[in-house]
Amino acid sequence: MSTPTGDTPHPPVACETDPAAEAPATGAHAAGTHAAGSPTTQASPAEAPARHRVDRTGEPIVRITKLAKSFGDNEVLTDINGAVHRGEVVCIIGPSGSGKSTLLRCINLLEVPTSGEIIVDGQSMTDPDIDIDAARTRIGMVFQSFNLFSHLSVRENLTVPQRKVLKRSKAEADRVAEHNLERVGLSDKIDASPASLSGGQQQRAAIARALSMDPDVMLFDEPTSALDPELVGDVLNVMRSLADEGMTMIVVTHEMAFARDVADRVVFMADGIVVEEGPAAQVIGDPQQERTREFLHRVLHPTG
Amino acid sequence: MTQDSSPAAETRTSDPSTRPASDPAPPPHVKPGMSKRKKAKISRGIQYAILLIALALVVIAADWGRLAETFLNVDVALDMFPEVITVALKNTLLFTLLGFVLGLALAIVLALMRLSSVGPYRWISAIYIEFFRGLPALVVFLVMGFGLPVAFPGMGLSKLVVIMIALGLVSSAYMAETIRAGIQAVPKGQVEAARSLGMSSSRAMITIVLPQAFRIILPPLTNELILLTKDSSLAYILGSAVGGRELAALARAEIVNSASLTPFIVIALCYLVITIPLSYLSRVLERKFGDVGTKS
Ligand SMILES: Nc1ncnc2c1ncn2[C@@H]1O[C@H](COP(=O)(O)OP(=O)(O)OP(=O)(O)O)[C@@H](O)[C@H]1O
Ligand SMILES: [Mg+2]
Repeated sequence: MSTPTGDTPHPPVACETDPAAEAPATGAHAAGTHAAGSPTTQASPAEAPARHRVDRTGEPIVRITKLAKSFGDNEVLTDINGAVHRGEVVCIIGPSGSGKSTLLRCINLLEVPTSGEIIVDGQSMTDPDIDIDAARTRIGMVFQSFNLFSHLSVRENLTVPQRKVLKRSKAEADRVAEHNLERVGLSDKIDASPASLSGGQQQRAAIARALSMDPDVMLFDEPTSALDPELVGDVLNVMRSLADEGMTMIVVTHEMAFARDVADRVVFMADGIVVEEGPAAQVIGDPQQERTREFLHRVLHPTG
Repeated sequence: MTQDSSPAAETRTSDPSTRPASDPAPPPHVKPGMSKRKKAKISRGIQYAILLIALALVVIAADWGRLAETFLNVDVALDMFPEVITVALKNTLLFTLLGFVLGLALAIVLALMRLSSVGPYRWISAIYIEFFRGLPALVVFLVMGFGLPVAFPGMGLSKLVVIMIALGLVSSAYMAETIRAGIQAVPKGQVEAARSLGMSSSRAMITIVLPQAFRIILPPLTNELILLTKDSSLAYILGSAVGGRELAALARAEIVNSASLTPFIVIALCYLVITIPLSYLSRVLERKFGDVGTKS
């Protein structure tokens, strides 16, 4: 996402895979895992760079052009531009009320943009004639408050959308559901009701539900903000392994360690604009803008 | 009065005496005069006394001999069987059920219209609901009972259909408001999750919102069924052949035949046989599903 400070739309591929650029990120990893909880098995520091080989030469999977969004007189997003490529993990950080959720919700049109264009996988989401329901099936979304369907079992949460929307057979939907619950480590909870799960388990089930639709890109809106601290690590580990598998992810988060460790790029937003963006190690480790520095200082050193 | 209400009564009687306007209010635990517990005890004693006096008055004043003769005539009661069950109770249940099914179907449509983005739908639904909530059920029965056959003479509307329509109209307005409240009580995140998975808004309504809304409103819907059971007694004003009598109509006929009021007692018990289990069911449902809306 290009910033007011300037960023070439197609930086050289080497920029993301340069070992020198990677070094600070790897160094940050140790601190990251410490803060996030137990170390993950999938994302050891040695393997992490392999995933970062993102092809940024082709057509981006998400392209945002001149996006603006107002609620009445309140302009929440102003002239947002940017692109996310296949396999890329982009973390969006920023203070409360800066418009991060609104930006995410504009991408799958849960909020209708006031102006601008959003293209996902070559299709314009803002085109009034688009089949928005079909387009949304390719964009998975994970909410802060999980939003599992409370009247359905975990299995039904995963199978009902597949059957009603994708018209999959019962057998196939079940198979996909079981596979995705295994991915998030919840195979034993398949017949539980959402209310009987911990917050972390509910969020992992919600991730599995989104994955069951075989999305091209996953949106996460502060997926761990509603969780007890000891449950955050499990959810982050699931997201980390998703990133390792090459899933395209846009993640709004306050988990700086996760962003520094997993994101290819970090976007810092404030007051509805992109203030700064770039490689994770740079934006979090060596921010160029005063507002970014201020924000990071407050987040990383909350007591002083 | 129950024990629960005594602290309130106690506060009301004690306030003026213990809190002169000029003095700063003392902390509640050091009120001068009688202790809080002692006052509560006296208040409870007074309540029991009132109850006993009222009972005594009834026992002394009533003419028990005549009462028993008029209301508890065993021969008259036995005479009503088995028709009171096989015809009257059956018809009351049938009318109530038909009216409830029609009312529920209408109510769902009205509630969805009430929440529609199309203005005229909202207005029509609002007017309908205000209209039928504002009319006594008796008036609806009279207008439908004598109006429908006039309006649609060719259709040979049976009594059963007229009763079903009248009860359906009476109950639909109340149930529509209940259902609307239930739909609005389903957390917004549920719809957003459904839409983000690619469900259309009508699919999300049918698959996600309505099932959750109905869990929330099962207790009030059960109450509506109780009200409707009682309203079905209005069918008697439309008059009917012997086979079409429900409980109230049967009681009226029997009273004329037997010159006793015992039939009232018999049908009162029949209504309670229907309504008490329903209200028990309503409480069970409330305990089971009452907190559904608050979960994510
Ligand atoms: N549906 C809405 N109607 C009106 N105003 C809204 C709506 N949704 C968001 N806003 C406003 O838009 C602004 C940005 O909100 P948004 O939720 O996108 O911020 P955020 O960056 O996600 O903050 P947080 O970190 O607290 O989640 C806020 O000022 C908020 O009050
Ligand atoms: Mg937010």
